[in-house]
Amino acid sequence: MADTAKPHPIEKLSIIISKGSLDGVYPGLIMANGARAEGIDVDLFFTFFGLDAIHKERHEHIKMATVGNPGLHFVTMLGGLPGVSSVMTHYMNHKMEKLDIPSIPEFVEMIADTGAGLYACKASVDLFGLEKNDFIPQVNDIITVGEFYEKAAGGQIIFT
Amino acid sequence: MSTTTIAAVDVELNDEGFFVHPEQWTEEMAPELARREGIDTLSDAHWQVIRFMRSEFFAKGTGPTVRVLGKTSGVSVKELYQLFPKGPAKIAARIAGIPKPRGCI
Repeated sequence: MADTAKPHPIEKLSIIISKGSLDGVYPGLIMANGARAEGIDVDLFFTFFGLDAIHKERHEHIKMATVGNPGLHFVTMLGGLPGVSSVMTHYMNHKMEKLDIPSIPEFVEMIADTGAGLYACKASVDLFGLEKNDFIPQVNDIITVGEFYEKAAGGQIIFT
Repeated sequence: MSTTTIAAVDVELNDEGFFVHPEQWTEEMAPELARREGIDTLSDAHWQVIRFMRSEFFAKGTGPTVRVLGKTSGVSVKELYQLFPKGPAKIAARIAGIPKPRGCI
């Protein structure tokens, strides 16, 4: 292949969301939505605390991580005080709303509407004692890691 | 950038296939542009999106993203992807003769 040849475009992505904080969930959702907008096939795989993003009761209450998050640039002890996480979450949500970034429940629903697949990790579902009913109806299936790799075949994997 | 003939008129397209000069576009070009994107026939719903893309572009200087289209064009996100499976905002912008919409959401 000549050096001047255009690189082959990305056609398929599998994005893993493994964290249950606001700052842990959004990046994967933004990348998934953006990929669909480019016409890239996307499957989202929720594992460990990332499952909260598709959990019926919990997905509206995802909070900013204020402890052990040096990116916030304030004293670690302050982040652990009662209410600080809620206040920071409220502040972030307000800022995002101004930029017209959808809430997590709305965003996940929109991504499902784009035709992306939503999957829950079986090991984590078993670990937390959950079942299909605990998740929003857009979730396609609960799958094993092996099934995830089968689905991911031929594409690229992003872990968040 | 290259010059391409669409509906018997020479137009400038950038490397990604978007119009460099949106004012060169006419409605007669849309069916041929759509065929280049794999869309054989333009339905009323396609046209609704295409016209909306252009009016938004000329009003705001940039075309709408899929999220904005879903909220304000009268066509739902689900339907947008049925109409333009390879990316509604991007493909509709090519067919509507406007630059690629910029926006992460």
